[in-house]
Amino acid sequence: MRPGPDCGSSTACATDELRSPGPRVRRCAAFSLYLRLVRYGFRKHAAYWGAAVAGAFTNTVFGVLRAYVLIALWRSRPHLGGYDLPDAVAFCFLTQAFIGPMQVFGGGLDLTERIRSGDVALDLVRPASLQLWHLSEDLGRAAYLFLVRSVPPTVAGALLFGIVPPADAPAYLVSFVLGVVVSFGWRYLVALAAFWILDDRGLAVASLVLTTFFSGLMLPLVIFPGWLGALARALPWAAMVQVPADVYLGTTGPGPALAFQALWAAVLLGLGALATSVARRRVVIQGG
Amino acid sequence: MIEATAVGRTFRVRGSVVHAVRDLSFRIEAGEFVGCLGPNGAGKSTTIKMLTGILAPTSGRVTVAGLDPSRRRTGLARRIGVVFGQRTTLWWDLPLKDSFELVRLLYKVDREVFRRRLGELAELLDLGGFLATPVRQLSLGQRMRGDIAAALLHDPALLVLDEPTIGLDVVSKAGVRDFLRRLNAERGTTVLLTTHDLGDVERLCRRVLLIDHGRLAFDGTVDDLRALVPGETSIEDVVAHLYLNSPASPRTPPAPRPSGDPPSVTA
Amino acid sequence: MVRTYALLAWAWTRAAAQYPLSFAVMTVAGFVTSGLDAAVIWVIFANTRSLAGFGVAEVMFLYGASSLAFTVADLLFGNVDRISRHIRAGTLDVFLIRPASPFVQVAVDQFVPHRVGRVVQRAVMLGLALSRLGVPPGRAWMIPVMVASGIVIFAALFALSGAVQFLLTGAPEVANAFTYGGAQLTQYPLNVYGADLVRGVTYVLPLAFVNWQPGLYVLGREDPLGLPPLLRFLSPVAALALAGAAALAWRAGIRRYRSTGS
Repeated sequence: MRPGPDCGSSTACATDELRSPGPRVRRCAAFSLYLRLVRYGFRKHAAYWGAAVAGAFTNTVFGVLRAYVLIALWRSRPHLGGYDLPDAVAFCFLTQAFIGPMQVFGGGLDLTERIRSGDVALDLVRPASLQLWHLSEDLGRAAYLFLVRSVPPTVAGALLFGIVPPADAPAYLVSFVLGVVVSFGWRYLVALAAFWILDDRGLAVASLVLTTFFSGLMLPLVIFPGWLGALARALPWAAMVQVPADVYLGTTGPGPALAFQALWAAVLLGLGALATSVARRRVVIQGG
Repeated sequence: MIEATAVGRTFRVRGSVVHAVRDLSFRIEAGEFVGCLGPNGAGKSTTIKMLTGILAPTSGRVTVAGLDPSRRRTGLARRIGVVFGQRTTLWWDLPLKDSFELVRLLYKVDREVFRRRLGELAELLDLGGFLATPVRQLSLGQRMRGDIAAALLHDPALLVLDEPTIGLDVVSKAGVRDFLRRLNAERGTTVLLTTHDLGDVERLCRRVLLIDHGRLAFDGTVDDLRALVPGETSIEDVVAHLYLNSPASPRTPPAPRPSGDPPSVTA
Repeated sequence: MVRTYALLAWAWTRAAAQYPLSFAVMTVAGFVTSGLDAAVIWVIFANTRSLAGFGVAEVMFLYGASSLAFTVADLLFGNVDRISRHIRAGTLDVFLIRPASPFVQVAVDQFVPHRVGRVVQRAVMLGLALSRLGVPPGRAWMIPVMVASGIVIFAALFALSGAVQFLLTGAPEVANAFTYGGAQLTQYPLNVYGADLVRGVTYVLPLAFVNWQPGLYVLGREDPLGLPPLLRFLSPVAALALAGAAALAWRAGIRRYRSTGS
């Protein structure tokens, strides 16, 4: 988003899109803009590789600690929630691996900062969708963090405890990407709230709490009892961590799982688009 | 007030040794008003940091207000005031007067003395209109005046300012300059400032130190400086000439910072 | 030191009070967040009656004691792990030109009083656990000792993690593995972890002294791993030793900053 080596050409591309005559050419130009933004997002986060490596280390340490707790629980209750012991351990390291790409602790978008500083007005007058713009960058971010923050905890888990291979690798890949999109859809809404809420830190904390608890990061949602479990498994946060982990383990059918994620992705992105247009009107009419 | 003898400062940057400051010697007497000039990366900020106790020199000796800054950091802090033009020492979310109250408590200034002193400073720096405003809502000019007042509440004998006029509009600049001149003339406070604004130097400084490539390239009055380059009339052209024709090249890089840091604007 | 800290903490509290709604939301959010940690334990014990041989009240007690110590240390010293940001932004220079300890200034900078919400929640949890356990008065004296030792141990960990960042300014998150990781580790009975890990956090990084060893005494339980019983009385010693090491490391870090400029 900030002026960078790529920005000039991206804007040029967006302008082309406006001027270009036919809808086909326009779509092509828009596509290459967003593709470029994905690459830009990747590179932008690659600049902070030290932080990413440190994050991977922390995720691995927490993975080990949580794994021991789950092992103790599954020793006393084998096959709890339909998982056997190796499943539970794999689940633990998978969820740690999702923290980076799914940005489970929130943030990852510089939108909040730009709304607070008023710079977002510049973004809103661009002939490109604010939401798609940020989604593209976020996919690039997730791709980078997958490499740096997901692979190490998974490998460490495999070395220390042994880990099961993915039940259906292509389905898992799709589920992973959908998980990122759902996570983006949620974080985008939280970030846009800065248009209406003066100090948004409280909201960030509330989002953090909801996401860590209801995504399955702390404990698999399959062992949440009764109505709480049913509720947790139906909420969007389940689509970020629990469902991709289940698709990996093969403890759920890939079809319904992917449909569940796609549904929440569509709902959140739709709400995001709606909120963006309201925000745009607000900025245009009230001047920010 | 300040005595630097053969001061050197090296940094290790990726295995190689960089001399940010070398063999710097000068003396500043109490009551002087001295400007420190130099191109970006010349060693000005490193020098200021050594004089204020933030950084220890690798060689030579520094004495400021009778103390060795690197050994007597807190003792020195009570005797000098420091202003950084590019960052504030005030508390972002607090009203200006609350920041002052904290400074009073940190520096253990007597309440009555503080009240009188703040009254004077508020009048001279025209702070009255925004004493109750949180610092984050102040304009840059107001914030800078607030920062200067905060640095003077404990009535230091020496005031060190690192680029105090950077980014200020003409009116704010004039206000700051006028205040500093009066502070020096009427109160006798010794002032040392670094700047890229030659207007500061021409209007304020009786004496100029020019630091280039970590060495003292010139030490004298503004008129002497002008006389260095015959034919150039404006001080700006004189300094540009000196920077461009300095002996050693390429320039010494600025003090190293951890990676990922934006290059510092100050030298 | 204490005076300076209190003054600055009060200033930040007033600053936070400028946004009363946010302040209230954050305090409540803190209370609820820590409530969710308790919910995790509740979910575990909805599925089992004992975890590694410990019942729900015992786990709640171990968890409450450790997390009460951690939240207090985090409230008071947690911001020390932002030191690398101060180094990069140059604000450490501002701390160094003031006549006060840079450690105190860093610790109290951005002091967030609403973290009290979490402290209160953990205290309530510890109280509930104790009311269900019925600890005899002869052993209850250990409870304040262990909480105080725990606060010192976690505070020392924060200081150590700050000191490490003078070397690793690019990757401050490494330190989180030790501070927040330490809090995570001590939430559960240590015998759920491997015996080597437990020996490591007993004899190297003394996390076992936060709540495990003294907690075994309070609960009147044998050490499941058979370590010497004397260990359960050594929490204050371990805490002071770690605090001493942290103080030395911090001073070395500041000295390094002032002598290398980075």
